[in-house]
Amino acid sequence: MSDLMNVSSNPHIRSKVTTGMIMYCVIIALMPATVFGVYNFGIYSLALVAVTVVSAIVTELVFELIFKKKITIGDGSAVVTGLLLALNLPPKAPLWIGIIGAVFAIFVVKMLFGGLGQNFMNPALGARCFLLISFPAIMTNFETGIEAYSGATPLARLNAGEAVNVLDMVLGRTSGTIGETSVIAIVIGACLLILLGIIDLKIPGMYIVSFAIFIGLFGGHGFNGYYIAAELAAGGLMLGAFFMATDYVTRPITLKGQLLYGVLLGILTGAFRVFGSGEGVSYAIIIGNLCVPLIEKITVPKAFGEGGERI
Amino acid sequence: MSKFTFTGGIHPFDGKSLSKDKPIVDILPKDELVYPLSQHIGAPAKAVVAVGETVKRGQMIAEAGGFVSAPIYASVSGTVTGIAPHRIVTGDMVESIIIKNDHEYIEVEYDPADPDELSKEEIIARIQKGGVVGMGGAGFPTHVKLSPKKPETIDYVIANCAECEPYLTSDYRRMVEEPEKLVEGLKIILRLFDNARGILAVEDNKPDVIDKLKKLTKDESRILVKALKTKYPQGSERQLIYATTKRAINSSMLPADAGCVVDNVDTIVAIYNAVKNGIPLMERIVTITGDCIKNPVNFRVHIGQSYRELIEEAGGFRTQPAKIVSGGPMMGFALFDLDVPTTKTASACLCLSEDEVSEAKSTNCINCGKCLEVCPGRVMPRKLMDLAVKGDLEGFEKLGGMECCECGCCSYICPAKRQLTQSIKSARKIVLANRRKAK
Repeated sequence: MSDLMNVSSNPHIRSKVTTGMIMYCVIIALMPATVFGVYNFGIYSLALVAVTVVSAIVTELVFELIFKKKITIGDGSAVVTGLLLALNLPPKAPLWIGIIGAVFAIFVVKMLFGGLGQNFMNPALGARCFLLISFPAIMTNFETGIEAYSGATPLARLNAGEAVNVLDMVLGRTSGTIGETSVIAIVIGACLLILLGIIDLKIPGMYIVSFAIFIGLFGGHGFNGYYIAAELAAGGLMLGAFFMATDYVTRPITLKGQLLYGVLLGILTGAFRVFGSGEGVSYAIIIGNLCVPLIEKITVPKAFGEGGERI
Repeated sequence: MSKFTFTGGIHPFDGKSLSKDKPIVDILPKDELVYPLSQHIGAPAKAVVAVGETVKRGQMIAEAGGFVSAPIYASVSGTVTGIAPHRIVTGDMVESIIIKNDHEYIEVEYDPADPDELSKEEIIARIQKGGVVGMGGAGFPTHVKLSPKKPETIDYVIANCAECEPYLTSDYRRMVEEPEKLVEGLKIILRLFDNARGILAVEDNKPDVIDKLKKLTKDESRILVKALKTKYPQGSERQLIYATTKRAINSSMLPADAGCVVDNVDTIVAIYNAVKNGIPLMERIVTITGDCIKNPVNFRVHIGQSYRELIEEAGGFRTQPAKIVSGGPMMGFALFDLDVPTTKTASACLCLSEDEVSEAKSTNCINCGKCLEVCPGRVMPRKLMDLAVKGDLEGFEKLGGMECCECGCCSYICPAKRQLTQSIKSARKIVLANRRKAK
């Protein structure tokens, strides 16, 4: 009995894809938007991104060391959180804003709830909202010193009834946070994730379509294609729809639930923009996150053959 | 072209090229053969021979222990040397008959018949007497399956030729080398069901088999060949019924409830042998494969031979295996010892140099939803596992836990390498045991 073999319950093979690989793919998919932001807003933005990402990793490491948990910084999820948060910061925000945001995202929103997979709210968005409420002046200051990409964002101008150039917004030749300005850069990254099967179009598709319809109905401009396109390209909608609404941990897991969640986000974002004051993507997604348990409860899938009829 | 398939499923590395082109080789057993009395679902068989008795090949050594049971036959001639518990593939100790092979292969006289002249009752009686059980893995006695309450409501007899498990090629070789027996066997089953049509359901990764079967059945108005999309678990009974007929049954229904009867390739060939030639089930095709085997091969095995013998016949190990599995990698049983006998349901012996299960470290669930996407039972493995681990059996049943077919897709696909199938399987076992207790 010296050469006993390993035994385990079936199945005996595993796919090669791991959580870490998924996270690193998301990081790669965020690179077009990051590189474009740094190219547009200058080297200081790169420093801000780097500081935020490093703060996120260090926070997770310190938390795990203090509480003697397994070190999980290798799975890449802290990098994703730090990067997403940084892309949501104004280009010239002070470095300490990135540090405070990252600490809040990782320590409060993620680790206190049990770490990866246990948080009920997207950490990056939770931190952004925390910063928006705590430091509104800094978080809405889009002065960059670069004339073309400075001052009021296209969304602010839209809300003020001014004309905007949709082509510039799609290309990213506007002011805004580091990663939200270029629709093209965001969509390139999103396409990569879709091709790799990491995300699909259910949530972003429903989000964008329902938002467009909402704006058409209540936006005050009717179904004016140019206006709707401007609203879609403005603010953090694209970044939110493709990279934050699709966050695995905080979106519903059921198929119907995902469709419903997309519609909910579209309506909430539309409502915040039309009836509120300006940007609503972050709050819409956070409120959507809070509705996830309810959505999952009412969209339990029908098991195969359930209700089958006997002959 | 629209292909016949189901929702969910996975595409694992199929490994079939190792043994796909190796013709079936007949091998002779060594000195000792072991026949567990329980190699089917239902009551264990009862030994009808005594220690010291001489037996011939083809002689019944254990009779059926009830209606849902099957007799067992000696596959060699020799002497009964013991009736004692012996370890089987699942790790359990099962009462078994041990026969010392005299290497003479003296056979009993069989009683062939013309299937066309037999009545329905006679056909079923011959299948029952032949000890035929579902050889795809479940081991359900075939004569029970072929005796539904209302035979006239059966619309389809589906021959499960999918062989969707990775690495397995025993059914494939059978269909390449002896497709006539499969078709003849299917025709015998169709004799039992007047309103039924026969479907040969083959995965489209075996185009040569599809062509061959189409040619063989071109004059058979009651038989059609359907090419299925290659995807695991296409050969799972409920998924196969859905893929071929679009009828969906749940776990508490029988295929007959949807007007279907499903039998696997080797089972149908066993039916042919039992009905036409009067030869009971004593042999089967077993694939010996995996990256550790020197010469991957398909053997015609005398049931009762040990796995150790089969591996030796295949040239032994090329490298030291980390894991040996009886059956396919998705649903097979891991062996910790090679001195276990092959049974009626043994389709393969898979020797892997890498144990992907012990190497994969479980991490937190990130709620990615892949397990829901691949689940052919359309349930929520992620949530079922939570309930199973918590021991909330009521919630587990409520969320459809009993609809799980234990195919293993969720555990396979999970990027966090969580033990989804394993937890759900355990909870299912507890629920089933509680139900039996309540009765």
